[in-house]
Amino acid sequence: MPGCTLKTKARNFETTTLGLLEALDVRVHELPDWYCCGTTYSLASDNLIMHLGPIRTLLKAKEAGRPELLVLCAMCYNTLRRAQALVLADPEKRDKINAFMYDEEVDFQGGEVRVVHLLELLKERVGFEALRDRLVRQAGELKIAPYYGCMLLRPREIAIDPSSEDPSIMEELFGACGVQSVYFPFKTECCGSYQTVNEKPIVVSRARAIAASAVKNGADLIVTSCPLCHFNLDFYQKQIQEATPGFRTIPVLYISQILALLAGQEEANDFSLHAVDPRPVLRERGLLG
Amino acid sequence: MAKNRIGVFVCHCGINIAGVADIEAIKASVAGIPGVAFAKDYQYMCSEPGQDLFREACTSGEVDGIVVASCSPRLHETTFRRTAGEAGFNPYRVEIANIREQCTWVHAGNGEEATRKAVDIIRSVVERARRDEPLTEATIPVTKKALVIGAGISGMMTALGITGAGYPVYLLDREPSIGGHMAQLSETFPTLDCAQCIFTPRMVEVGQNRDIALRTYCEVEEISGYVGNFKVRIRHKAPYVDWSKCTGCGMCTEKCPTKVKSEFNMLLDERKAVYTPFPQAVPNKVIIDREHCLYFQKGRCKACQKTCPLGAIDFEQEDWFEELEVGAIVVATGYDLYGKENIEEYRLGYSEDVVDGITFERLLSASGPTQGKILRPSDGKVPEDIVFIACVGSRDPENHFPYCSRICCMYTAKHAMLYKHRVPQGQAYVFYMDVRSGGKSYEEFVQRAVEEDEVMYIRGRVSRMYRDDGKIVVVGADTLSGATVEVRADMVVLAMAMRPSRGVEEIVRKLKIQTDPNGFLAEAHPKLRPVETLSQGIYITGCAQAPKDVPDTVSQSGAAAAKVIELLSKEQLTREPIVAYVDEDICSGCGQCEGQCTFDAIELVDRRGNPAMGIPARRVAAVNEILCQGCGACVVTCPSGAMSQKNFRMEQVYSMIESFV
Amino acid sequence: MRIELSRQALLSELREQVKDLSEQNLLACYQCGKCSAGCPSIEAMDVMPSQIIRWVQLGQIEKALQTKTIWLCAACQTCKVRCPRGVDLARIMEALRQLVLRDNVDYMHPNRIPAEDLEELPQIALIANFRKMTP
Repeated sequence: MPGCTLKTKARNFETTTLGLLEALDVRVHELPDWYCCGTTYSLASDNLIMHLGPIRTLLKAKEAGRPELLVLCAMCYNTLRRAQALVLADPEKRDKINAFMYDEEVDFQGGEVRVVHLLELLKERVGFEALRDRLVRQAGELKIAPYYGCMLLRPREIAIDPSSEDPSIMEELFGACGVQSVYFPFKTECCGSYQTVNEKPIVVSRARAIAASAVKNGADLIVTSCPLCHFNLDFYQKQIQEATPGFRTIPVLYISQILALLAGQEEANDFSLHAVDPRPVLRERGLLG
Repeated sequence: MAKNRIGVFVCHCGINIAGVADIEAIKASVAGIPGVAFAKDYQYMCSEPGQDLFREACTSGEVDGIVVASCSPRLHETTFRRTAGEAGFNPYRVEIANIREQCTWVHAGNGEEATRKAVDIIRSVVERARRDEPLTEATIPVTKKALVIGAGISGMMTALGITGAGYPVYLLDREPSIGGHMAQLSETFPTLDCAQCIFTPRMVEVGQNRDIALRTYCEVEEISGYVGNFKVRIRHKAPYVDWSKCTGCGMCTEKCPTKVKSEFNMLLDERKAVYTPFPQAVPNKVIIDREHCLYFQKGRCKACQKTCPLGAIDFEQEDWFEELEVGAIVVATGYDLYGKENIEEYRLGYSEDVVDGITFERLLSASGPTQGKILRPSDGKVPEDIVFIACVGSRDPENHFPYCSRICCMYTAKHAMLYKHRVPQGQAYVFYMDVRSGGKSYEEFVQRAVEEDEVMYIRGRVSRMYRDDGKIVVVGADTLSGATVEVRADMVVLAMAMRPSRGVEEIVRKLKIQTDPNGFLAEAHPKLRPVETLSQGIYITGCAQAPKDVPDTVSQSGAAAAKVIELLSKEQLTREPIVAYVDEDICSGCGQCEGQCTFDAIELVDRRGNPAMGIPARRVAAVNEILCQGCGACVVTCPSGAMSQKNFRMEQVYSMIESFV
Repeated sequence: MRIELSRQALLSELREQVKDLSEQNLLACYQCGKCSAGCPSIEAMDVMPSQIIRWVQLGQIEKALQTKTIWLCAACQTCKVRCPRGVDLARIMEALRQLVLRDNVDYMHPNRIPAEDLEELPQIALIANFRKMTP
């Protein structure tokens, strides 16, 4: 399930992932009639209508006969997993939600579809070693700052890594592919999320701290799995640079963009979508051109 | 066998019984029960005059069984039975009929029904009492020696206490030396006494005490037996040195080429492969660390053996075993600190300069790796900004442990003060939630830290930390001023939660004692029996039971010693005779009872039989009356009814039921 | 600043509503401040998140509803993951926002977003924002 932003600003995420998965012999189908996942997950105890978005998505997957739903966007992942957990834990709420969707056939128990994030797919289905075997380029001296953000790790019940504070799945993935990860203490610090709409100073402050930490610890790039994080970290860097002399910009890429480059799939990337142009660094490290 | 002369006393229990039920009516009905010789009443049977009445009945010869209708047997059964015994009346022919907790207290609004029910209860107990056998208590001898497991401050003080009354003690520890964690401390609160100065004389006292048999570098293998008669098998770990020859001169240590990180100094510096754990070790003997010794690993060197003037090195040595016989066991296994790697949100900040409390003590110690100078382990520089974090892993029911570790507020204040005394130009910060300083002079001590030594106390916990430019950035909150606080620290000291010593689960299993939900040893009663366990003859003390400071540990050790002395001073112990017994004619040897018994009191034994008379050889169950606790589980398990319990026979129970019907 | 406490103040309907909407044991918080120290929006907040929950404990819901703090929450869940007493502060923040929004108040409205921002911002940001800040 691509989700809204993957078709627009985060196109790169989708195109590079699809190309990569094809090279890895993993067949994916776009979920027909997919909905907005309904991010962010609603926290009020009685607001069941807010859960229709994610539950309908899961239902669509079930109807399409797909027991596994692949998501790339971290926010989709978080919302779908938590909504699923809610209906599994509370049959009363599940029945109410089911009853509301009157124009669709519903007997949704909750567990019929497994929500899988790209990282989980690469680890469990493909295997990091197998992934490495498909790569054609060496990463050489490339150093990345793996940025997890919030949605893949919190709350603990849905985290893709056993540790929500010091995760290592991205480091393992990239390590297996020969890419070094730097010490990056801001890897799980929130980017500011939807405050980017009306409280920009918060996001600017967060983006500065996160980017500065990556640069200080020697990273060439920040790698992320969330279109909102990507936007927040990428878009405001020019602003930050103008306000803070001496601030070094650092490009932000999606996981699959790096992997696609290592797999020799340059055309999948549309670098015009980036505010901070990653091409100079990528060329310097031999991943491009 | 039914006897027909039962005396019944109906107690008023003040208004507890008399205020609800009609005593006269009860007496009248009861007097009419067949087998009852009389029914008398009195206001308070447990009082002196009441006991006199009771005693009269015992010595009168008029009755040979007595039923006291009163409160729960849990309260006064022992009282009445003791009085009976002293008066020459068999105590096990005295029964209590509970007409208070099980009658008048629950039917307080309905006097008529309560009266009827009281009579029913008394009648059933009379039926039972008529069938009671006069039982005799078994006596068991007491081995007048004790074993103390754990030779830290609590084990040592317990041992000294016990030998003070003249009883010999085995003092066991898995480390080569006694002393435990206190030997690692630098100064103690609230006096800031040098820990070594107050402690080493005690260690020497223990070492020189003729009644204390040290068993260091030993582990407990197996324990069997029961109160007064324990058999403990211990393993002496091979030090590869003949301790009867070794004088601790240290020449071997000097010559040894292999260096290993010192556990005693929390890995901050090194020791040799042949070593004493610390200079004041008692006994002052060396051991060889097999895993790092060049001879054991690679077959070379033997420099120690060549050097030793007394020929004490013995590479061929093997572990050996010893059987100890003792009457009482004290568990004083102490504590270990919770590992800091468990705190996920701090991990990104960890470096050599983030340490726990005991490591900081070693840095403070004059005999430690830096001779008491506070230096960063990473680069040896003096830390100018040092952060202390309280409650790490404690008071955290969600992720770690719910309890308070009790000593951290005090030792954190102590650490901060000692830091300021040695680094006057530095700044110490303490992130705390509450300051718990309830002991004698403790509050004044903490105020000294705040006002005189200018330690900055910040009220809030630390959310995370990370490394930056050789410093550790600590991100916490000050809830009092309503701000979050960031400190760029040169060093961080974590007050980790206190945990029961690692490996204590093994001892618990072998001794068959209980732990509480947090893993600490369970006391028999939280308020009134703090050093006993539910297993007679086994006592607990020190931090193994719960986190506490040195004064409380020493007090508790005294209490444990007193309990041991109480036990060992008896010539013999008596056992309640309400135990299980087997009718061998019915027993088929199925063994189900043996499987049920949690006290290992039942075994299957062989009976030879007599083939000439057509009696086959077979197996039957046999009950060890000393181990049997009278729980009755085997009785209900037994499918054939061969197993019974004295004075709790099925026949008695049925008679009680029939009396109601 | 002075607060008058009474049985009525503590057992107010508003406090009960916060409790029901958030399904949290409000009294479990012992004000350690870990949530505040880990909060990404803390620099812009007028009142610390842990102080918000303190006001709720004291029954002073109105005061909590008047802060900027509750609207600056990014729903990152860091507070929930770090809380040693298992209190989900993010849900308490949501409950407080709901108390305002359910009076048919739009904290955010598309009209308030400048046109050039609407072009730049990814949909995901707008969706998430409106779901949190409108009824």
